[in-house]
Amino acid sequence: MSTDKIPTVLVDDLHVRYRVILGAGTGSAAGAMRSLLSGKSPGQLVKSVHAVKGVSLTAYEGDTIGLVGRNGSGKSSLLNAIAGLLQPSQGDVYTASRATLLGVKGALNKSVSGNRNITIGGLAMGMSRAEVEAMRADVIEFADLAEFIDMPMGTYSTGMQARLRFSIAAARQHEILLVDETLSTGDTEFRARSQAKIRELADSAGTVFLVAHSQTMIREVCNRAIWLDKGVIKLDGKTDEVLDAYDADIQEKKVAKEAGN
Amino acid sequence: MNEKSITSIIDEFGLVSASKIPPLGKYLRETWRRWDFILELARARSTAEYSDSLLGRIWQLLTPLLNAAIYFFIFGILLGTKKGIENYTAFLVAGVFVFNFMQATITIAASALPKNERLIQAIHFPKLVLPLAAVVQQIQQYFVSLVVLVAVVLFTGEPITVMWLAMPFVLILQILFTTGLGLILARWGASSRDINQLLPFFTRSWRYVSGVFFSITIFTATFSVWVSTALQLNPGAVYIDLVRDSLMTSQTNEPIIWIMGVVWALLFFVVGLVYFYRGEKKYVN
Repeated sequence: MSTDKIPTVLVDDLHVRYRVILGAGTGSAAGAMRSLLSGKSPGQLVKSVHAVKGVSLTAYEGDTIGLVGRNGSGKSSLLNAIAGLLQPSQGDVYTASRATLLGVKGALNKSVSGNRNITIGGLAMGMSRAEVEAMRADVIEFADLAEFIDMPMGTYSTGMQARLRFSIAAARQHEILLVDETLSTGDTEFRARSQAKIRELADSAGTVFLVAHSQTMIREVCNRAIWLDKGVIKLDGKTDEVLDAYDADIQEKKVAKEAGN
Repeated sequence: MNEKSITSIIDEFGLVSASKIPPLGKYLRETWRRWDFILELARARSTAEYSDSLLGRIWQLLTPLLNAAIYFFIFGILLGTKKGIENYTAFLVAGVFVFNFMQATITIAASALPKNERLIQAIHFPKLVLPLAAVVQQIQQYFVSLVVLVAVVLFTGEPITVMWLAMPFVLILQILFTTGLGLILARWGASSRDINQLLPFFTRSWRYVSGVFFSITIFTATFSVWVSTALQLNPGAVYIDLVRDSLMTSQTNEPIIWIMGVVWALLFFVVGLVYFYRGEKKYVN
């Protein structure tokens, strides 16, 4: 390990398990009393998913790291744990400052206007009222929602919600930025604009983790890539090397599958 | 990497655990730093609550008025519970408003975390702000009700006395108690959605033993002294009686009621705060 590099994110033998509620029972008062007394939820089928199974890595200032892997390989869970939005079941994550997750998962509060959502999002991130006001115009312009900004967010389309949500988080300078673009529902035009914004943030942020739709984008922006497979790191290294290996693996599996049919 | 090198890196570069909950003092300071966030969440709730109705925010005033009118009609006129109570109208309105504040606040606090799931999943912040926002929103509503209460009290011929000065003190105690109870329920509500099914039964029972529409002293005259004392010292009855004592000349309390008002407030506030804080880790998964 070279001594001149400054570590900003240290992931130490991280395990993440989360519970998925498969179905809810009927909510009767008697059942509620039983479950309160027993401490169990009899009406609910709960399954535990072991999403990240012992990941260790160190990211340094100036690193832009692309995460690749199939659906369910633990990419999003890893980002959520780094941001402190998921509690590790084992191991831990250490960061130089609070990492911000730039997700695109819809409205923060559907019943109030887009404008109020900007305020809520900004204040929740720890900004002052003055800082929120300073960023408001930029957020509205970037999200391209000027005519709808005073309408309740419940009336927005999913794409519009995603745009506003992205714009709120992206309006701020971040030392450690986690971008999860896989859930993006914006249109092609906004996607292009958001990718340009991510590049800009990657240039100014200290450390970036990026989960993206496009491999091209990862190859372009990232100096390092990590391939996650079933919750463990399969390969960690230079972007091109890791992505080439990942592509080869996908091709191989495809061929094997076709041969099997 | 071995454990030793990890610890030395953490120390050397001042890295902080992303999952560790800060000590209580720091946690409270981080919450306080987000006071504007608490106010904004409270405002958003009020807006959402009233924006769908034609009369909008007028309901903030209409709801307490209608509540008082209904209780007066049923218990004052139809059932005649007013036996032995001077100025039953003011007595009843005070009971209904003071109790409704506690009931509404703890009910909303109990679902504060599940209701804000999206926010919790998106941004890291001390979750204490969520139940506190519920309390703040209900305090705003409560103050509107108190204006109605003062009007009713004056209209029914009560004089303004020096005891009115005790009102701010009584309200602070009541808010501290209610916040504490709300925080306890907020933690329960985070792990069990069932709490919302049970809560109405609890608040209804509590309402009936707190002397909202009858005088506990008169009602329990034939009961054992233990039952009578237990009813009078329950926090619901205590805060209702303290408000009546402050605003109405016909109502006076033993000093023990004042002492219990302070005891319940401090006990529940401190226990609720610590209990909620100690559950912080559980609120994110």
